Amino acid sequence: MTVMVRVPTPLRKAVGGARDVAAAGPTVGALIEDLERQFPGIKDRLCEEDGVLRRFINIYVNGEDIRYADGVETPVKDGDELSIIPAVSGGAGRSSESIRRWTL
Amino acid sequence: MVPPTASDRVARQNRSRENPLLTSMFVSRILGLKCRECGARRRLEATHVCDECFGPLEVEYDYDVIREIVSPDRIARGPRTIWRYRDLLPVEGESVVDIGAGMTPLLRADNLARRLGLRELWIKNDSVNPSYSFKDRVVSVASTRARELGFRVLSCASTGNLACSVAAHAARAGMRACVFIPAGLEAGKILGAAIYGPTLIAVDGHYDDVNRLCQEIADRFEDWAFANINLRPYYSEGSKTLAFEVAEQLGWRAPDHVVVPIGSGSLFTKLWKGYNELLKVGLIANGPPRMSAAQATGCSPVITAFERGDETIVPVRPSGIAKSLALGNPADGYEVIKLIKRSGGSGAAVADREIVDGIKLLAETEGIFTETAGGVTIAVLRRLVESGAIRPDESTVAYVTGNGLKTQEAVAREVEAPVSIPAAFSAFERVWRERELTGAR
Repeated sequence: MTVMVRVPTPLRKAVGGARDVAAAGPTVGALIEDLERQFPGIKDRLCEEDGVLRRFINIYVNGEDIRYADGVETPVKDGDELSIIPAVSGGAGRSSESIRRWTL
Repeated sequence: MVPPTASDRVARQNRSRENPLLTSMFVSRILGLKCRECGARRRLEATHVCDECFGPLEVEYDYDVIREIVSPDRIARGPRTIWRYRDLLPVEGESVVDIGAGMTPLLRADNLARRLGLRELWIKNDSVNPSYSFKDRVVSVASTRARELGFRVLSCASTGNLACSVAAHAARAGMRACVFIPAGLEAGKILGAAIYGPTLIAVDGHYDDVNRLCQEIADRFEDWAFANINLRPYYSEGSKTLAFEVAEQLGWRAPDHVVVPIGSGSLFTKLWKGYNELLKVGLIANGPPRMSAAQATGCSPVITAFERGDETIVPVRPSGIAKSLALGNPADGYEVIKLIKRSGGSGAAVADREIVDGIKLLAETEGIFTETAGGVTIAVLRRLVESGAIRPDESTVAYVTGNGLKTQEAVAREVEAPVSIPAAFSAFERVWRERELTGAR
């Protein structure tokens, strides 16, 4: 499954300046692991030390917030578009439910 | 080297005021941008996200400097707009984009207070700003900053009121405007934005879709100033003036309790910041107030989390008539919940029927016609008084943030149609007698 990942400005240094990069995997979590293989260190930018996605990161598959779907378990297919977008402000809090859904 | 004292910095600032060549150096009361999460600092540029942790950036001030220059007299000598509080706003130059936002009435609402069982109730009527909502405050600051930073295009993701205000300020500033709204908005908001001549884009989706799209556009169109995205640290500061004004209009004191409608939650967090700044610089001696949040049940992610006793916002798909508050994934929701608890406030969500009743109650008791967001505020005020969350002896301010003429659809069927008569005295007399007999209006 190859997916185009749209990279926001604050993350571009971590991917050599590219605005879009390709990643492969069956779920959003797997795509992030693949990005880490290609660009070591990027996972640390996206996740806290315990592997939970950072509070201020929103991820969308084809424009759909993965919080409406299955979090990092949300499936992806060939040709999908993944957008990583910093929340405009406060972001989500952390409950046991959100930690489960957001941990890689 | 000895670091400069506050008075050194004030002296330097006064010198820069006298000498226009030094104006560009006049940044001493504003220190820069600071990440609310990790504390990392940035220069005062058009950015809203921390490079380190993606946390939100906020403007950081030197309150020692501000305390030395600000005073009730100095403010009273200022213009009758939000710019009387410029010492506490994040702009550097002297020239501002001003269509007259601010200094709206703070009305003592004794009729409504009696009806609800409150001793001292005030309505901050921000529906009478130039583009008919409180958004003129934030956009006046954002457009001023956008011009200072050299932008030529002003944009925003809006539920309607912001689009009206951005288009109006862009017209005044001689900037191009391109504003984004969700499809299906009220006619008054579409016309209220379109009249200023912007490019008006209606996106097929909810506000949250519009917001996501605009963030992607802002990321690629780096020469555009999005009021509530890349200029958000400056934009949001404009909301503090709703705390400053209320305190000034009450004779430099904070009320005991405020009720605030929640869209993104930015207004709520900035009111808190505003009241706390007044304390810090010595303009008030009491407060901050207890702060209560108002949402509609059609979109109440903040109240749902608050009532669950949780800080996790679960995004929702909005529905219902309160479209200006229809943000299913509120940017500052998490912060609002923390501040409700910290301030000792409360919150409630109300159904569409209660919102309409709230609009009518405010109109019929105090002569103020507000939009659905104001109906939410009044309905929640009523609920919180009934539940005891607002005590009868608390001086309370309800923030009414938008104008009823923009959401006529919500109440069009709730009012009596005019009685049509021929131009004859007898015809009128018959109608009036009949009404006196039946007790109808």
